[in-house]
Amino acid sequence: MSLDKTDVEKIAHLARLAVDDVDIPHYARDLTNIFDLVEQLSKADTSDITPMAHPLDANQRLRADEVTEVNQRETFQKIAPKTEAGVYLVPQVIE
Amino acid sequence: MHNKTLSELSASLHNGDISSVELTQHYLDRIKKHNGDLNAFITVTEDNALKQAKAADQQLQQKTAGVLTGIPMAHKDIFCTEGVRTSCASKMLDNFIAPYNATVVEKINTAGMVTLGKTNMDEFAMGSSNETSFYGDVKNPWDTKRVPGGSSGGSAAAVAAKLAPIATGTDTGGSIRQPASLCNLTGLKPTYGRISRYGMIAFASSLDQAGPMANNAEDAALLLNAMAGFDKRDSTSVERDVPDYTASLNDSLEGLKIGLPKEYFGEGLDADVAATVETAIKMYESLGATIKEVTLPNTELAVPTYYVVAPAECSSNLSRMDGVRFGHRCEDPKDLTDLYARSRGEGFGEEVKRRIMTGTYALSAGYYDAYYLKAQQCRRLISDDFQQAFNDVDVIMGPTAPTTAFKLGDKTDDPVSMYLADIYTISTNLAGLPGMSIPAGFVKGLPVGMQIIGNYFDEARLLNVANRYQQLTDWHQQTPDAFK
Repeated sequence: MSLDKTDVEKIAHLARLAVDDVDIPHYARDLTNIFDLVEQLSKADTSDITPMAHPLDANQRLRADEVTEVNQRETFQKIAPKTEAGVYLVPQVIE
Repeated sequence: MHNKTLSELSASLHNGDISSVELTQHYLDRIKKHNGDLNAFITVTEDNALKQAKAADQQLQQKTAGVLTGIPMAHKDIFCTEGVRTSCASKMLDNFIAPYNATVVEKINTAGMVTLGKTNMDEFAMGSSNETSFYGDVKNPWDTKRVPGGSSGGSAAAVAAKLAPIATGTDTGGSIRQPASLCNLTGLKPTYGRISRYGMIAFASSLDQAGPMANNAEDAALLLNAMAGFDKRDSTSVERDVPDYTASLNDSLEGLKIGLPKEYFGEGLDADVAATVETAIKMYESLGATIKEVTLPNTELAVPTYYVVAPAECSSNLSRMDGVRFGHRCEDPKDLTDLYARSRGEGFGEEVKRRIMTGTYALSAGYYDAYYLKAQQCRRLISDDFQQAFNDVDVIMGPTAPTTAFKLGDKTDDPVSMYLADIYTISTNLAGLPGMSIPAGFVKGLPVGMQIIGNYFDEARLLNVANRYQQLTDWHQQTPDAFK
């Protein structure tokens, strides 16, 4: 398996990662090597094997639907890059 | 003073030979003297440490102190510490002052311990050499031209150089055990779910587990007592009683059945490391244990399985770092996509980006079944191998890492060769089993670790098995010359 420049650009976009053009060839090489390693999995016979999502096969624990957390908006927004009147600011999305 | 075990320190504090402030100052002075050579700490919290030490001294005077009260320790910089920078060794979180404490931090504070600071690590715990940190490489105290291992390399170097009596680490694919092996420590990764992950910055949520990095098994047991337990804030935390891990340290090993997986002694294992580990394991016969070969036939699937599961989970977990609510934000974003992409592109280092992209690709439309689903099936095969083996034996032993500490820069150009440094540790994370590394000897002046793997929730037995070996040997008491 071999990943090229277009693949890396597509993956970087999906991951919302700005990658410099000069770095793309080495990411392509590294990702190709990683997926060559991963390719070894195809040798394993996994027919009828249930996928293992959790080491202890535990189920999600449920709790009563009650408010248990207090509002800490000010504390949390103190570390935000940009806020105003209690909301987080980002570049305008809707015209 | 810095060569004492935790129980010796505790005794000195309780009978008034030394105060916690004096002890804390001693370690702060050692950090000042040596951290420049090792780069083990990202942040030293001197003022807060002395404040905690004063409070501990009051408790000691009022006779309300517990066994760990007043003993200094260090946290890997992956645990959120309220009011203190929690960087995960990333530029992304260089400005992140955690607004709350991780449960592990809360529990250790409640036990009365003193936090000296936050230790260096691979960025977001992704690495096996501590060379991916935004704050620079950590050096191995046994040879400062070599890596301490990773990702908990700062914690390992700090404890090995006696800059802290004990530290926390986290282990997703070997990140406690491999640096413990390379730095001559006793490191324990408990069963998945044994210790709360709340406030521990997530890398791969189905694999991550915190644990102690210590100078010996008894110290590790004492810290595990404080760390373990159910937490309703972590939905994967297990509701199960916590035993006193020190209670069974001296139990007899008569009749213990030890399994040696033949796959852990094959190609790729350094011959001197193999010989050292074999000699160490042989010593268990004198303690009444029997040794037999077992097989874990799907071992070769472990690294490729891990490099699908862990990056897939990391690509999802790290999507929260988007430059909006906390962490690094790029200058003058032209639109929202640009804000996300440039904040992340600038904030993350190369290895983190590589893993996010690996995971993103593995989870992308059309590839999910071929990669993620397949890997989760292989994970079951690997886990079943262990259960098969545990039908015949009580614990599994082998090397922790295929070699001793390698030179800084040796593997940085070849990510796949770095990934193979975790070949013996990754399987236990995939299966969710507890594993431990303990000092087993030296090859050319560098420490060798022996791994002990147990069945689910068998931490007490692992610590017992480690402690009995440490009563017969003094490998764990060796300190590098420059840090005596």
